[in-house]
Formats: sequence, structure tokens, C-alpha cells
Amino acid sequence: MTALTELTLSQALQQMREGALTSVALTQAYLDRIDQLDDTLHAYLTITRESALAAAKAADQARANGDDRPLLGVPLALKDIFSTRDVETTCGSKILQGYKPVFSATIVERLEAAGMVLLGKLNMDEFAMGSSTENSAYSITRNPWDAGRVPGGSSGGSAAAVSAGMAAGAFGTDTGGSIRQPGAMCGIAALKPSYGRVSRYGVVAFGSSLDCPGPMARTVTDVARLLQVVAGYDPLDSTSMTLDVPDYVAGLTGDIRGLRVGIPKEYFIEGIQPEVEQAVRMAITQFERLGAELIEISLPHTEYSLPTYYLIAPAEASANLARYDGIRFGPRQELGEMWPTYKATRGQGFGAEVKRRIMLGTYALSAGYYDAYYGKAQAVRTLIKRDFDKAFQDVDVIVTPTAPTTAFRIGENTADPLQMYLADIFTLPASLAGICGLNVPCGFDSEGLPIGLQILGAAFDEATVLRAGHAYEQATDWHSRRPML
Amino acid sequence: MELSHDQVRDIAELAKLNLTEDEVALYAEQLSHILQYFERLQALDTSEIEPTASVLPLRNVFRLDEAGVPLPPEAVIANATDTEDNQFRVSAVLGDA
Repeated sequence: MTALTELTLSQALQQMREGALTSVALTQAYLDRIDQLDDTLHAYLTITRESALAAAKAADQARANGDDRPLLGVPLALKDIFSTRDVETTCGSKILQGYKPVFSATIVERLEAAGMVLLGKLNMDEFAMGSSTENSAYSITRNPWDAGRVPGGSSGGSAAAVSAGMAAGAFGTDTGGSIRQPGAMCGIAALKPSYGRVSRYGVVAFGSSLDCPGPMARTVTDVARLLQVVAGYDPLDSTSMTLDVPDYVAGLTGDIRGLRVGIPKEYFIEGIQPEVEQAVRMAITQFERLGAELIEISLPHTEYSLPTYYLIAPAEASANLARYDGIRFGPRQELGEMWPTYKATRGQGFGAEVKRRIMLGTYALSAGYYDAYYGKAQAVRTLIKRDFDKAFQDVDVIVTPTAPTTAFRIGENTADPLQMYLADIFTLPASLAGICGLNVPCGFDSEGLPIGLQILGAAFDEATVLRAGHAYEQATDWHSRRPML
Repeated sequence: MELSHDQVRDIAELAKLNLTEDEVALYAEQLSHILQYFERLQALDTSEIEPTASVLPLRNVFRLDEAGVPLPPEAVIANATDTEDNQFRVSAVLGDA
């Protein structure tokens, strides 16, 4: 018999529906797996053991009474950026240590309404700022494929937990690649929805014009199932869109004949790990074998994405993080006067990368430099978005590598912030354009580390991206390989 | 673009961040390096390009001005380190007159 934690989310749900599996047994199996592995991997910041088992028991009782909600009894875990009522939410930062929200994020409410069992909260780069999860104030999450390497970031805890079988699925957030890039480095399916598709209410803010919560799981079908529950308009988020939400799972037909697949030449550049390029090129031929039409395209402003993103996101972050003063929540360094108290609280509460980005953003927004930096970046953002608008007139999806390399070693990029920023070079453009993107595993390098394929789609066309990713997944077996743990 | 230590201290003051002297030196070097890399944006002529603040086709979003159910005061102050009578306690905001 297959270990329960090896089942995909969809398989586990099916077995529960058939009465062959209880949520209590499944939840206990995940908690045991966490006990066995997490002292090494450090994917979790908080494990909600008792409430998970209570929720599982309630789910089993509900099912016995005929309840069949879409995620009834499914054990999931959440990046520690999502506000969870009465469950500590730190965002990976000391400045939120001990903070227990008095409300839950909309996506948490929706997942709970759908029957989720919450296993706990997952590690992340502090305030989602990072590409390796090394910027967490609490612990360094290890890559399940090689514990000497990073899981990617910033949703590294989410990616590692799913990859190692410590949750049936998870949610992360993606501001510049923080779902897709760790998805690639841990070898799982991971979707950044379009900006405005999933509510940001109750998600600790980083870059408000960029932040996208999204699902991470072992298969594209699982990802589609999770997206279904959380997608759609939320009156509490004025930037969530009132568009209809299609049936994502029903759209996974396996048929991509005639799909127009764009290959942008700007994503196959010097500096990319040769094995990554090779695996992605193999994946592209697989799409052709499945009947897709390959079209060479150009996204000419790609090279400007990194400076554009690293001006806009820190600028927005410097404004969003102004709220952390130790008065209403979080530890306070009380010095008897207002400004010294604020400055000490913030100076001690934020970590090095967060301070670096607050400084960068404050500078970019400051009088005399606004036009040269922030204003300039917003104009270039328009050019980057236009590149995609033009491309999607001719193609249905765009296929690229998700990251230029496989998982790097812990400590390898921490001394040089700019080198670390380059890990996001292939995920940043889609974030700036607000479109959707999916990572699916497409191979392994000679060290046995997973390689990720990025499938980008037009804004709000998650259905096509998921259909393409699912068809590719059906034709390959990369997704079914799991790390030896 | 080279940032001096004094400029870094000025930015930290704007951002209300206490920095140690080591941090000032580190950020002066790192931010200078990053800003130098960002200079490549100046190669693009954007004089005719509208800035993008949001990718969504939204302007103002309105809702009815209806009262919702507020959180109870105890919940609002539950996470604060210093409170009194359901209020946040802070040090004096106004200096001596």
C-alpha cells in the first residue's frame, strides 16, 4: 500500500469520498511525517496539531452525514503570510513575533468553508523578501532533494512541505516569483494566478500592485482544485476582479492540439545553467508532439524587468512596512519618546534584507529621485506589459525556464544581494505585467535537482495555462518523482 | 550613483530605522552597487510612455457607506504590548511646549 502522504490531494480526496480513507488517518499521517522530517527540513513555523486533528474529526463526521465540500478533510498548510485567526502569523519576521490575528484572510475563510484541515504555518523569507528562504528570522528551510541547498523563496517552506509530503497542498504568495521559483527548485506544480484573481485581504502586504496568493501542490490537477476554492471577487479587496471563475478541473482535457505556444528568445540567455536550458528545450518538443504549434516570439524589454521590479516592489514595501511601529501589535522597544521608540522597534525588528529594501524604496520615492527611479520604473513597467499584450495576440501561452539554475547551496548567494535578485530573472516580467504563470517539473540536473518549466498565460487565463501544464504532466513522469527522505 | 554614509543616514531617518554604523557602511556599499545596476533603465526613452501604477482596468472602486460589524475593543487591542482601558498606550507624541 502507498503511504498516505504519497497520495496526491486529488487521490486522497477520492479515497475519502469512497469511504476508503478518513481525514483523521490522513491528518495523523501528515503530522507523523512532519514529526519525522521537519527537525531537518524546517518547513514549518507553527504546527497546529490539536486543531488539525479536531478539524479532521469534524470533517469525517460531516462526511458521514453526507457533506461533500470540495476540500473536506484535506490537510493543507499555509505560508506564514496569511492571517489566521488565533494562530500566530509572523511573516517570517521578529517584528510580528507572537502576533495572533483577530481575523482570517479571505482565502483562509474560503479554504475553511471548503473543509480544509489546517496543519500549520510555513516558513518564508521575512515579509516575502528573498529567493531562498534564508531571510527568515526563524530558521533556514532545507531543500528536500538536498538538505545542503535552499528550497527557493520566498514561499520556500510551502514548496518544501509539499515536495517532502508534509502537506497535501499549500498556499504561497508570488510578488516577483515567490511561488513559481521555489516550485521549480522543489519539483512541484505551483501557480501564480493573475493579479486580481485571488483576494489579497488578510495577506500581509509586500508590493501591493504585485502580490498574488496562489496554490502549490504535487500535480496540476491538485493546483486547479485549490485555485477553484479561492479564486474570485472579494468585496474586501478592491483590486479583486468581478470576472467569472471557470471550472478549472473540468478544463483539464489533456488536449492541447492547436495550442499556440510562444518561445521568447530573451529567456534563453548566457548564464543559464546548460542542463536547465536543455530540459526546457526538451519540454518544448514535448508540446510539439502533443500537437501544439510552436511560435518564436520576442519580449524585447525582458532585460529591464529586474531593475524595474526592484524599484517598484521596494517602493511599495517601504510604504506598506511603515505600519510596523510596535504600538498595536508586535514587540515594542519602548524608549519613552515616540520617534526613538519607533526607530528602535523597527531597527531591531526588521532583518537585513527587509531593511535594505525599505532603504531602497524610501530612496526611490524621495524628493529629487522620484522621477529618475520610481517614475522611470513605472514607465518601463508599461513597456514590459505591452510586450506581453502584443505576444498574446499571436500565442495562447508562453513557455520559458522558471529559474536560471537549479537550487543553489545554502549561503552561496547571501553576500551579494544583486546576485540573489538574479534568481528571479525569469519570473519578474510576468509579475510586472500581472499575468498568470505555472511551474511544472520538467527534468533533473546531474546532481538530481529538479528543473522547472514556466508556462505563462494572458491575464485571467489560468484555465489555458493549467490545461497546458496538465497535458504536459500527463505525457511525462517528472512530477511523480519524489525526494528520497 | 554612489551613496555616501550621510545619505544612507538621511534615508534611514526618512524610513524611521535605527541603523548601526556597520549597517550604514554595508548599505552604502550595497545600495550603491544596486543603484548602479539600475542605471540601465536610463537607456530607455520613456518620455512618451504613461506610467503603470496598476495592471488592472480599474479606476475608483466605490461601495455603499454602510456600517459593518466592528471588532470588539478587546480584540482590537489584543496584540498590543501596552494598553489601558481598551486603548493603546503610547509615549508622548507632542514634545514640551
